[in-house]
Amino acid sequence: MRIKQLSVFLENKTGRINEVAKILGKYGFNMHAFSMAETPDFGILRLIVSDVDKAVDVLREANFAVMLTEVVCISCSNEAGALSSILEHLAAQDIFIEYMYAFAEGDNANVVIRPNDIDKCVDVLKQCGCNIVDCL
Amino acid sequence: MIWNPNKECMSRDEMHSLQSKRLQKLVTYVYHNVPFYRNKMQAMDIAPEDITSIDDIVKLPFTTKQDLRDNYPYGLQAAPASEIVRVHASSGTTGNPTIVGYTRKDLAVWSEVMTRCLTAYGITREDTFSVSYGYGLFTGGLGAHYGVENLGATVIPTSTGNTEKHIRLIRDLKITGIACTPSYALYLAETLDKMGLSKDDISLRAGAFGAEPWTENMRREIEERLGLKAYNLYGLSEIMGPGVSYECEQQDGSHICEDHFYPEIINPDTLESMPYGEQGELVFTTLTKEGMPLLRYRTKDLCTLMEGKCACGRTSVRMGRIVGRSDDMLIIRGINVFPSQVESVILDMPEFEPQYMLVVDRVNNLDTLQVQVEVRRDFFSDDIGRMLAMKKVLSDKLKSVLSIGADVRLMEPGSIERSQGKSKHVIDNRELK
Repeated sequence: MRIKQLSVFLENKTGRINEVAKILGKYGFNMHAFSMAETPDFGILRLIVSDVDKAVDVLREANFAVMLTEVVCISCSNEAGALSSILEHLAAQDIFIEYMYAFAEGDNANVVIRPNDIDKCVDVLKQCGCNIVDCL
Repeated sequence: MIWNPNKECMSRDEMHSLQSKRLQKLVTYVYHNVPFYRNKMQAMDIAPEDITSIDDIVKLPFTTKQDLRDNYPYGLQAAPASEIVRVHASSGTTGNPTIVGYTRKDLAVWSEVMTRCLTAYGITREDTFSVSYGYGLFTGGLGAHYGVENLGATVIPTSTGNTEKHIRLIRDLKITGIACTPSYALYLAETLDKMGLSKDDISLRAGAFGAEPWTENMRREIEERLGLKAYNLYGLSEIMGPGVSYECEQQDGSHICEDHFYPEIINPDTLESMPYGEQGELVFTTLTKEGMPLLRYRTKDLCTLMEGKCACGRTSVRMGRIVGRSDDMLIIRGINVFPSQVESVILDMPEFEPQYMLVVDRVNNLDTLQVQVEVRRDFFSDDIGRMLAMKKVLSDKLKSVLSIGADVRLMEPGSIERSQGKSKHVIDNRELK
């Protein structure tokens, strides 16, 4: 029901994202989704990868500041209004979303959500019949 | 114009003989009145009789800022307390402040040398002169003030602050001369703009700028925006205050009042004397001081000395612009900043690695300080708000310790260059040429 997301601390500097991508590629980890949050001097790269625990090890080995964050990933239909109907349930139950990112492919869209209260979020999503995915 | 041609234009032979006589007297005086110097000289097996000429100065011990701190407050004072009529003190951002006591004669010498500077800038008794250095323990305000009075010009003791009122006084009192830091001069120019005024509304024609390093570009900008001629004024409280050296109309180095302050250039690592023309650390001996005379005081300022008669007629040795500091002290916006101050703040915060780098630059003539720190892995958070809060805590602490704002940059662990041996914590990109 929950997915471990990899968060990497990066300086805002040309080539840093590629350093992470290169290491993951070298060890055969595939990136399913990612997003980048930025401030003027640093950013946080958030990734969903295959075999996340091992990915943490190789990135730490390469001196990156890395942490795991639990997120919820849902799948919904790739059509107008689909996301809104889900978010309405979350808002109604007072669940705050710290950040989210999404990607669509064909008829489906996947949405990664980082809520303030992950247990409650999963419950609410279950109750409203939302399709929670265990891996991307 | 030259205030005291007898001294300022003395032949080199006469100057050598005057300096030699004064040094002999000084050494005897400190030997008998300052245990610190007597002990040092005895340890080096030197007696006052061994000093027969100014050239013997190389036999004498050096004095450092640390010596002044170690002998806080009055340990290096040579004159009895009853003879001291005024005390000034340095900012003392690290450790004890430096206390300097002046006798009546010291103050007279100070006024004399300051008057030489003002005269070289073309100031006469017809001028109205604004002293906009801080008045107080800092030597800038009162030092310049008494020079202006000694000259016979009208002094307006504006000190610092309330810039708009200051500009109204400059306009309404037809102030023609000003002494302040070069960065304050630029701030005055900006305020002038903001008030909808220009250099045509004021009558400034000469400015004495010092107390912080500045550049030819700043000089041009100050001259252009305030409509005056900008001269360098050098000094340091340990030696006297403003008035140690000054530019003449040639603006080719600053003439040192070397009948009172004997200059040397040394290699800061080997402490060996260096010849004229070579860059090294500037050292001064106060040839005539009574309150707190100093032998071979290491200023930490790096520059060159030039000899040869100047086109203005003066024969005194000139010093070039200060190009840097031989210790790691930085002067940023006129404030002394030590990397150790930044270090102590960072070491107190477990969120950061004990690695840091100070990057100093000058953007639009204003000094900027960036502090780069590495975030410890355990303290990295996926929550940007928390990371920004961590950054703000550090910024606030730095601001309270340094008294100037620093732009904090959070860096990845391991990203700041580690050096072998003596670690490097400062990148100074300011070009002071």
